[in-house]
Amino acid sequence: MTADAMPPLIRFTDVARVYGTGEAEVRALDGVSFDIMPGEFVAIMGPSGSGKSTAMNVIGCLDRPTAGHYFFNGVDVAGLSRDQRALLRRHYLGFVFQGFNLLPRTTALENVELPLIYKGLPARERIAMAREVLALVGLEGREHHDPSALSGGQQQRVAIARALAGAPEVVLADEPTGNLDTRTSLEIMDLLVRLRRERDLTIVMVTHEEDMARYADRLIWMVDGKVARDEPMPEGPLHAAPRHQEAGA
Amino acid sequence: MIWETVRLAVKAIFRNALRSFLTVLGIVIGVAAVIAMVTVGQGSSKQVTADVESLGANVLMIRPGRRAMGPGSSSAQARPFDLKDVDHIIEAVPEVETAAPLGGRSLTAVYGNENYATQVQGTDNRYFHATDWPVVMGRPFTASEERSGRPVCILGETVRTELFGYSDPVGETIRLGTLSCDVVGVLEAKGASSFGTDQDDVVMMPMRAFQRRIAGNTNVATIFVSVRDGASTDDAKLEIEYLLRDMRRIGPEEEDDFNVMDMKQLASMLTGINDVLTGLLSAVAAVSLLVGGIGIMNIMLVSVTERTREIGIRLAVGAQARQVLMQFLVEAVVLSLLGGVLGIALGLALAAVGANMLSVPFTPDPLVVLMAFGFSAVVGVVFGFFPARRAARLDPIEALRHQ
Repeated sequence: MTADAMPPLIRFTDVARVYGTGEAEVRALDGVSFDIMPGEFVAIMGPSGSGKSTAMNVIGCLDRPTAGHYFFNGVDVAGLSRDQRALLRRHYLGFVFQGFNLLPRTTALENVELPLIYKGLPARERIAMAREVLALVGLEGREHHDPSALSGGQQQRVAIARALAGAPEVVLADEPTGNLDTRTSLEIMDLLVRLRRERDLTIVMVTHEEDMARYADRLIWMVDGKVARDEPMPEGPLHAAPRHQEAGA
Repeated sequence: MIWETVRLAVKAIFRNALRSFLTVLGIVIGVAAVIAMVTVGQGSSKQVTADVESLGANVLMIRPGRRAMGPGSSSAQARPFDLKDVDHIIEAVPEVETAAPLGGRSLTAVYGNENYATQVQGTDNRYFHATDWPVVMGRPFTASEERSGRPVCILGETVRTELFGYSDPVGETIRLGTLSCDVVGVLEAKGASSFGTDQDDVVMMPMRAFQRRIAGNTNVATIFVSVRDGASTDDAKLEIEYLLRDMRRIGPEEEDDFNVMDMKQLASMLTGINDVLTGLLSAVAAVSLLVGGIGIMNIMLVSVTERTREIGIRLAVGAQARQVLMQFLVEAVVLSLLGGVLGIALGLALAAVGANMLSVPFTPDPLVVLMAFGFSAVVGVVFGFFPARRAARLDPIEALRHQ
């Protein structure tokens, strides 16, 4: 396979993330290993408390592993300072959140400009780029709307535009359709798939909705801070996984 | 990038315009108070100096008592002067152009249904001459009035207005305490002195009449001396001191029991008082600046808490701690500078009004304005730093989760 020749974009080797000590110790991640290659679309699923959000935070360089190694593009993130991780987010990562997390009372255009400000681009260039990505997500003409004047689906499109504005390699989507109705959710997923194709994006998405997960081409199923399944997206029902039923019981 | 940050700060401040305004009110009041105090104080000092100069650098005031002010200034133990001393000084000291006696008492002046509390001053025509203060209605005192002690008076403009309104007072009789007194003239309006006291709030009487009918003695509280043009005031002062020591038989070992003050001393004394007052008031006003700074810190802390999620978003899209720190620090500085600018404008306006009311010149000092501006910036940095650092140290995951 050609993929074997490429270095992985994201490599987890035996990653652990432990909160608290002694009795109160919680092992949110407990020896997690996987590789994600450039261009993959991976869905991370699992019951709540399984560590999928923690895994997402570590991938997003918002959090650091307590043990093990996380290599991003071959660089061990554990060795990076807070500011260095900020630079990594600025240049390589884009975030899409369940609750959109747009700045209130700030226009769609300004929200999308935000990562470009920190990239140090001059205003003229920023505005041009922000307009371009807003058009890409189908929000032409809504540039000067406040988030409060937009529907949930539109707000998520603004958030996706913001995630894309900095021209990242990876988009991290944490329950991107969690706050949206089914029809809008499908639209957002179609958008993500299209953008992935047009921009050669790597997408890592946490979700608990099977229909959304099916848009990905690989499934990582987590239980109790461990990877229970890691396989190409199966044809059959995802919840049939026996380990999940153990955890759910 | 810094311009970006300032723009962002201005936006954040105006997003909450009312709250921002209330926050900076402390700074506004503090800066305005300091600016107003210092500006009016400086104007007043200038006015005092100018007044004293206009009186002439050639004026001396002689009073009984060792010193002009402070301990020993009481004239109670010191022998008072009398009218003969005045004449004697004029005769014996060639540098003296003229001298006039002065003595005053607070009394109520009554005319018809009107009464007005004022200062009754005993003097003579030589005083009007020495101070270049003409009688504009009626006439000055006659020689026989000055000699006989007949109760006549000349009104200051304020007293005339209070008692007579628009009618002519000359020839009318007013009552000063229990004394009936004929009005023979009105002095030209002089306006307020450098300390805001109304110089026209006065009733002038011949010295003898004042001594006999009001004071009940033959004392002269102050001798007002004007020195000839071209003559040295210092020489005149020395000669007067020599003469008075001789007249009062003060031994060579003894100290003077009187003091001769020239206008330089008077001016420095008056501006000295002025400076102390200005300093004290400014210090009080400066406390308000401190309080204003604490207000800014308070609201910035609230703002950091309110905008925790915003900070989380910024951190997620790649803001570094330093950039978040700068954002909030710049916001605090812009906020307090805004207060400073408003305060400077308000302070100068107050100073202009106050200077007008006190009849002192309005002389804004660019240095003071600059210092107020700089001080506001410092307040912003000092009180903005702690909230800004708190913002910069937020954990992005916690911040994003914040409701």
